[in-house]
Parts: sequence; C-alpha cells; structure tokens
Amino acid sequence: MSTASNIESLALREYKYGFTTDIEADTVPPGLSEDIIRLISAKKREPEFMLEWRLKAYRHWLTMKEPCWGNVHYPPIDYQKIVYYSGPKTKDRPKSLDEVDPKLLETYDKLGIPLREQEWLAGVAVDAVFDSVSVATTYRKELADQGIIFCSFSEAVREHPDLVQKYLGTVVPYTDNYFAALNSAVFSDGSFCYVPKGVHCPMELSTYFRINAQGTGQFERTLIIADEDSFVSYLEGCTAPIRDSNQLHAAVVELVAMDNAQIKYSTVQNWYPGDKEGRGGIYNFVTKRGKCLGVNSKISWTQLETGSAITGKYPSGLLMGDNSIGEFYSVAVTNNRQQADTGTKMIHIGRNTRSTIVSKGISAGQGQNTYRGMVKILKGAEGARNYSQCDSMLIGDRCGAHTFPYLEVKNSTAQVEHEASTSKIGEDQLFYCRQRGISNEDAVSMIINGFCKEVFRELPMEFAVEAQKLLSVSLEGSVG
Amino acid sequence: MIALKEDVPGYAAQFERRMSAGEPAWLRELRAGAMRSFSTLGFPTTHHEDWKYTNVSPVATTPFGEGPAAWPAAAPPAGPAAWPVNARLVFVNGHLSRELSAVRGLPAGVAVQSLAEAVRNGSTVLESHLGRHAGYSEQAFVALNTALAVDGAVVTIDSGVVLEQPVVLVYLTSPAGGPAASYPRTLVLAGRESRASVVEIYSGPDDSAYFTNAVTELVVREGAAVDHYRVQLEGRQAYHVATVQGVQDRAGILASHNFSFGAALARHDINSVLDAEGAECSLNGLYLAGGSQHVDNHTLLDHAKPNCASRELYKGILGGHGTGVFNGKIVVRQDAQKTNAIQSNKNLLLSRDAVINTKPQLEIFADDVRCTHGATVGQLDREALFYLRSRGIPVRDSRDLLTRAFAAELLDAIRWQPLRETLETELHRRLSQMVEAAAK
Repeated sequence: MSTASNIESLALREYKYGFTTDIEADTVPPGLSEDIIRLISAKKREPEFMLEWRLKAYRHWLTMKEPCWGNVHYPPIDYQKIVYYSGPKTKDRPKSLDEVDPKLLETYDKLGIPLREQEWLAGVAVDAVFDSVSVATTYRKELADQGIIFCSFSEAVREHPDLVQKYLGTVVPYTDNYFAALNSAVFSDGSFCYVPKGVHCPMELSTYFRINAQGTGQFERTLIIADEDSFVSYLEGCTAPIRDSNQLHAAVVELVAMDNAQIKYSTVQNWYPGDKEGRGGIYNFVTKRGKCLGVNSKISWTQLETGSAITGKYPSGLLMGDNSIGEFYSVAVTNNRQQADTGTKMIHIGRNTRSTIVSKGISAGQGQNTYRGMVKILKGAEGARNYSQCDSMLIGDRCGAHTFPYLEVKNSTAQVEHEASTSKIGEDQLFYCRQRGISNEDAVSMIINGFCKEVFRELPMEFAVEAQKLLSVSLEGSVG
Repeated sequence: MIALKEDVPGYAAQFERRMSAGEPAWLRELRAGAMRSFSTLGFPTTHHEDWKYTNVSPVATTPFGEGPAAWPAAAPPAGPAAWPVNARLVFVNGHLSRELSAVRGLPAGVAVQSLAEAVRNGSTVLESHLGRHAGYSEQAFVALNTALAVDGAVVTIDSGVVLEQPVVLVYLTSPAGGPAASYPRTLVLAGRESRASVVEIYSGPDDSAYFTNAVTELVVREGAAVDHYRVQLEGRQAYHVATVQGVQDRAGILASHNFSFGAALARHDINSVLDAEGAECSLNGLYLAGGSQHVDNHTLLDHAKPNCASRELYKGILGGHGTGVFNGKIVVRQDAQKTNAIQSNKNLLLSRDAVINTKPQLEIFADDVRCTHGATVGQLDREALFYLRSRGIPVRDSRDLLTRAFAAELLDAIRWQPLRETLETELHRRLSQMVEAAAK
C-alpha cells in the first residue's frame, strides 16, 4: 500500500465520542436579548453586580462587529438561533457523586474519565461541567483544607463575590473582542480557582467541558488566581458529541499570577470536528489570556487542539511583572475540512521578561492550519527575551499550512528569535522505520509523535498519554 | 481606505494630461483601467493589513506638483549619473535627460530605450508586457504609477545574448521647486538564455519632501538570468514607494538586491512569481533607518509551479528613532511540489528608540515542500565588543566595525565592483552618522 493512502485511511477513523446523553434539560428559549440575560442571571441566582456586568457587556457587544481577519471561512452565525443556557435538571446540587445522575456519569465513563476512578485512584479533583452547570466537584474538601478555592464559576459568584468582582474582566475585559463580549454577557458556567499565598496546590486540578444539548452554545468562563508564591496546574479537556448543525463555543479564560506565582494551564481540545465533508462541528472561538502581574511569576500554556470544525484561539501572556515568564506549547491538528487559526500573543511589559513559543501544526486531508502569533516588546521591557519556533507538517497534497508571526520590538536590548519550517514526513525516515520491520502506520505515528514531543513533554502525565492517543485517532485514515 | 479627495493632489488633472498626450489606444486603455482602480482603492491606511505599520497619510494629503523636465543647475549631478558605463539612462523628475544619458557600444540584440521613445516607436513587446505583470487592481500605488508614469526605461535583451556590463538607470529628483512627484517605470525583458544585470538608482535633494512612486516589471524568460539591483538613496525628507514584480519562466533565475538607505518614508514591495519549473529566485535586502526614518519592505515569493527554489535574506540596521518593517510572504500553490524556500530576516537595533516590526509569513498548500523562515532581532554582541575593546579598539570603532560586518554579507553579493564600492562608502558614511548619534 502506498504511504499516502495509508495515511489517509488512518484519518478516516470516526469520531469516538459521538454519543448524546438523553437527560431532561433546563433550557431557555433561543435568541439573545436583555431579557434572556436577566433570565440566565436569575436562574443562576447571581448577585446584582454580576447582572449589571453582563448587561454592560451585552450593550457593548451590540456595538461590535464580528471579526473577519482570521484565516478561516465559515457561513455567518445567527446569534438569535443559539440557545444561551442549558443545564441538566437536578433539584439541588448533589453533595456526593452518589447523587449524580448515573447517565451523566456514564457519559464521562465513555470519555474515559470515570470520576470515581479519578477521585480514588488518580488523585485528580475534577470539576465536571455538563453543558452549562457544574455537576460535581470532587476533592473540594481536601483542597479547602489548604485554603484553595476550586469550584464552579456560579458558586464562586455566589460564595466569593468579592474575589470574583476584584478579578473578573481584569485580564480579558468585556470590551476586548467580539466573542469575549458575547461570553461576558451570557457565560453560563466554568471553573474558578484561587490559590492562596504560599500554597503549592497538591494535585492537578481539572475540568472536563462537554457540549451536549443540541443548538446550545457553550460560553464558559474560567478564572484562576494564583496568589504570591503559589503554584497551580490546571487541566482542561473538551469533547462533544456528533451534531449536524454547527455549534458555537466562545469561552473566556483569565489567569492572574502574583509575585513568584506559577500557573500551568493545559488543554486538550477535542470538540466534534465535523464529518469528512465538513458538515457539522464546533466553532471554537476562545479568548484565553494570562497576566503575569507579579515579579518572577510564570504562566505556561500547553494545548493539544485536535477537534472543532473551526478554531480561533490565541492563549496569550501579558508579562507585566519584572522577570516574569510566559510559555506557549501547542500542537494543532487539522484533518478533513477542519480549519484552525491558532497561536499566541506574548506582550513583554516588565523588565527581563522571557517568553518561549513552540507551536507544531499538523495538516492532513483538506485541513487548513494557521499559526498566528505576536511577540511585542514594549519600550520599558529592558532585557526581554523571546524564542519562537513553529513547525508545520503536511500530510497529503490538499491541505495547507500557514504562518503569520508578528514581531514588534520597541526596545533595543531585546532578543527576539523566530524560526519556522514546513515539511512533510520524510521518505527516508519512513524507509528507515520500514526496513526495521515497523509497519507503515506505526512508523508514521512514531514520526508524528516525535514531531510533537517537545510539546507533549510539557503536558502532565495523565494528559500526555491521552494526547498521544488522541493524536493518532485524529490522524487515523490520513496515514497509510 | 480613504476615497480620492477632489481637492487633494491634482491626480485627475495629471491623468487628463497623460490621456491627451497622443499615446496609442492600448496604453490609454491601460491607464484608464489603472486610474479607475486607484479611484476605487484610494490610498491605503493602517487599517489595511499590508499597510498596518506604514502610514502614508502624508503622501495622501500632500498636493505634489510635477518637477521640471531637465536638470536645472549648470553643473551636472555627480555620482552614479556620471558612471562610465555603456548604457546609462538618467531621468530627471520622471523625464529622460538626453544630456545626462549615454547609450553606446551595446552588443547586438540589446536595446535600452526610454519608455516614451519605445511607445513612439510602436514597440510591439511593450503592449504585451507593460502593466501586465505588476497588478494594479489591489495595489493603489501601482495603479497610480500605471496611470501617471510619464517616462521610464525599457530594457530588452534578445535570446542568447550575454550583457557583460550592467544597464544603469538613474532616477533623480531635481533640487529646485516645491514638493514634486515622479512615477518612474521600468520594464526589463530578458529573452531565452540571456544574461543581464540592471541597476536602478533613486536619489534626490535633502531639502524637499518629494514623492517617488516607482514600478519595475522584470520578465525572465526560459533559462535567462537577471541580476536586479535597486539602490534607494532618496533625500532625507522624501517619500519613496516602489514595487518590483518579477515573472520567471522555466529555469529562469532572478536575483534581486534591494538597498534602502534614504528617504523619510520608504516602502518597497518586491515580488516574484516562479511561474514554471526550475525557476530560482533570490531576494537580498539591506535596509537602514536612522533619525526618524521609516523603511518598510514587503516581499512576496509566489511558488506557482513545482521544483522551484527561492532564498531570501533581508537585514536591517535601525538606529535613532528609526522604524523598520519587514513582511516576507512565501506562497506555495497547491501543486507546487518539491518547492524549496528559505527566508531569513535579521535586525540589528542600535538605539533605544529604534523599532522593528517583522512578520515572516508562510502560506503553503502543497505537502512535498521544504520551507523555512527565521527572524531575529538583537543588538551587537557584547562579547565581540569586549574582544575588540580589549585589543585597544575604541568603542565607537568597534561598534562601527561590527555593524559593517553585519551588513557585509549583502554588499559582498554585489557582482559589479563600482556599485559595491559606492554602496560600501555610502553605508559607511551613514553608519558612522548613526553610530555617532547613538554614542551621544
């Protein structure tokens, strides 16, 4: 069999997570208006300030235009057809996992994250977001003992309004961009985490997001604050079942790191990518930004993007504190007709700030993969240092790889380096593997894993394994 | 985009003058089409992605006149306009100056004439090439040049002819008068298996805010090899906007050398289409911006066909409040397999207030390709400086030495010695000024 057809057959493997859970959902009518926002806010029993903020964001959103600069193409989104709130109907929040709807737990089992198993064996506290309402938060108590607040965003709004009010919108203001404004108006749920001074979070915090009910956009909001001298590692995984119509996903993630604090944020994004002809799939327009507010702080983004029909996502770092560090490690895979326009922004503001960007793009089938990144060294950023590397791999002759790196340097003491390359899997590399008796498929998978290694080794252990599996699933049928 | 304002620059009047100059129908049609484009496009603004970092509003709002058609002073201009070469065309404010030009002893099969002359002679190749390669439907400045160009140079080299000496084209703006605009137009047609090099030099007075809008089309036929040198030494207040468009046929080789030292605001678009298998293109660029100079280089290498190679090296030296912009785009079309494209942009910041915005860009639609790009921004190596100082070389000289070494690679690539020497001197002079300013 030829290499090309082998590679292709690998890519044709079906979406493994395409099932829907039939649960009675508490849903608001489709469409967006001030009334809907009031309704969402009321359903979530939010304090007044939250509603006000949502309405301000909504009014601002009305004045904005949908951005069109991305290297992605999709039919216009009808924002009045989207259902902005959907949550499973449970009378009260379950106090333990036993009270959680067994069907829900089954769904997570299929995704390979049995809550129980994770709770008892892996020692991971999971805040599972099922559509819009956070269903179960595990390990709350253990974390609470250390003073760490880890809960759903709605809970945080109710129970820690002072913290939410203090930090919400300080990294991504509602005026930031079209999708951030929309999110600020209608966000349903998400995770909130606060790590107090001097605390090293003892476990990896993780959230699984999942879009379930048809026609509901998911607008989650995550806020993580690492106070002085603290450390937290946060994992986020996304999967969505097969749907025919496109669903919008517009999340906002805000990270704040104080003096000497460190936040490590890892994502595996595996939303439904649409079928081979490009029907269905998630539109994923996410605003993620971290603020290194304190001196010597560090924010590190690691992401594996294999899903979504369209991805527009630029996890960014505002390096404000002196000696602060921003890192971005990414693997983005596009297969069939997927389009991804992803990258990062590193804004160097403080002195001796450092950033590292490693981006690996893999395009197969008719996928279009774009790296768009910006490194900005402001005038006061004395001694700033950046290293960027973005490599693309092409599998098949109908896909595309594009890079748009912007380097803006306004300080002469800065050192900025950018390197990019594009290539395909080397014939000689494949031949070498084959002549050692390694099958074509294994060889390709091995080479691709090697290509992504620099990024995967940044992922926490549990994720690294899943990431490798996911990568081979995503590319199944494209290698052969 | 801003619309063409009625009261600002008399472009419409200039256009009418061109249209009534008795030119052939095809040319009038071309100009009319270009003028329509320009009217629709207007001058680009910083909202336009390709002009994000370069604000041309001073050009858009200044009413430029037309300079006199002859060199006014009794003494002829020195420098390149007086170089002893076989073929030298000198243009003053966009008009050919017969007194300063000299064309003699060219081998058979080589024609160097002015555009106006070629039009008058009814040259047939002109119709099929002029304005056919440098697209104006989206490039406002190319449209403006196409609509308004008064004169320029047409260089044709027949198949198999090897031209030993370069053809030198000098575009001067004269010192007299208010802000004038000129629209130099160059067309080079290199026939099959021919060899030629063309040097374009742009220069003008320091005390006038004039505007030069140049367009060059380079047609490289099968197996031909063309060296194109572009030397921009415009005056300190000048605005210089230029487009070079190359088209390369099978195994055609184009080497572009772009030196930008002058002008208050300079923008160069250097593009080439590798339009048949085996074509090779190299783009070299060296740009300098000190004082409050702004220099913007946009390059586009369009790998339209398989088995082509391109290599690009652009280096920038930025001092004072100078701003540099580099945008290098490589497009590999869907079936352009076996493409090999290498791009590198290196920038040296000599002062605290210098700014560089660089954006290397790859757009790849084929899989069996090797494309790399790299961009760096940095300053002089401290250890190298220390080494030189430890040998008793003063700081200023050390900085000067290292900066010149940074630029040497690009000057060394110049194959014609008089040009290399001139540019070395020019670079040295400008660098010492910059280093001196930095030391203050």
